[in-house]
Amino acid sequence: MIRRLILSTSVSALALGGMPAQAVEYGTLQAAKSSVALTSKQMGVAVDGHFKKFNATISFDPAKPTAASARIDLDLNSVDAGSPDANDEVVGKPWFNVKVFPTASFVSSSVKALGGDRYEAIGKLNIKGKSQDAVLPFTVKQDGSSATFAGSFTVKRLDFAIGEGAWSDVGTVANEVQVKFNLVAAKK
Amino acid sequence: MTRNRYTATAIGLHWLIALVLIGLFGVGLYMTGLKLSPQKLQIYSWHKWAGVTVFLLVLARIAWRIGHPPPPDPAGMPRWQVVAAHGVHHLLYLLMIAIPLSGWLMSSAKGFQTVWFGVLPLPDLLDKNKELGDLLQAVHKFLNYSLAGLVLAHAGAALKHHLIDRDDVLARMLPISRFLDKNR
Repeated sequence: MIRRLILSTSVSALALGGMPAQAVEYGTLQAAKSSVALTSKQMGVAVDGHFKKFNATISFDPAKPTAASARIDLDLNSVDAGSPDANDEVVGKPWFNVKVFPTASFVSSSVKALGGDRYEAIGKLNIKGKSQDAVLPFTVKQDGSSATFAGSFTVKRLDFAIGEGAWSDVGTVANEVQVKFNLVAAKK
Repeated sequence: MTRNRYTATAIGLHWLIALVLIGLFGVGLYMTGLKLSPQKLQIYSWHKWAGVTVFLLVLARIAWRIGHPPPPDPAGMPRWQVVAAHGVHHLLYLLMIAIPLSGWLMSSAKGFQTVWFGVLPLPDLLDKNKELGDLLQAVHKFLNYSLAGLVLAHAGAALKHHLIDRDDVLARMLPISRFLDKNR
């Protein structure tokens, strides 16, 4: 699988002056262990797919989680929507229209701690030239030298004009598309 | 009087299954050439749902047949015809079981779970695997053409019994036999 992850550490590392000794910051993404999957529902049947290429920029300090930030970019050309038929269709104009809008992104503006290992990233989802507020709940599991940021959220495809014309019938392809991310970052 | 006829249940199941199978065969030929569209997804789903339904009907037919043996072959039928007739019937049952199974497994291998009428999920026995999916598609197609050939032979033989041998082989499977049943 060609999964290319680039991590740029834009970073609040500068702000870490007075942290306790055990504070660790996670940043460098581990490509082979990360994934962004999507599940659509066609005629009541869940169909799994995923993105083969995506970039992510994550800054997370366990001691100061609310200062965390994230940016995820999905290469929409790399989508596997579940079947060869669907892959041909989904890059076209009624769906992602990748010629004009090759990338989808999530950019966080703030992070809320929900207690335990649960957090919420609040920000903007940008797909097909449209921008919408989004809240991505996620958990952070720390495991020695790395941390896993995992979560899932629902995108209403018609909010972004994904699947126009005849495809806007949500009885055939449901409006709700589940996106599941699992991003593994190494300790900096 | 009824000894030489199939039971009403057997007759009903026979013709219901025949109608659904012929419909599914036609729809199957039509749908595979379609460009992806909402309509195509709907047709595929209905094809699968009807396929599961006919599979259950075939099981019911077999169960019924075990408890209600068919009427005997007409007296004086040549040995080779008896062997051929019974062979074809066994193959028909075998294919009517194997074809829906191959379709279900194909769907699994292609990454689409079958959910009967959008309500009852059938287990995915196979993981998604493109090569296996394509192979099962070829198998499904081959089995269907085999069934179509056998159905033609089956119907041809029934007509031959009726028109040439002038026996009651066809009449005893017809829903209304008053005008056709030569035993009356």
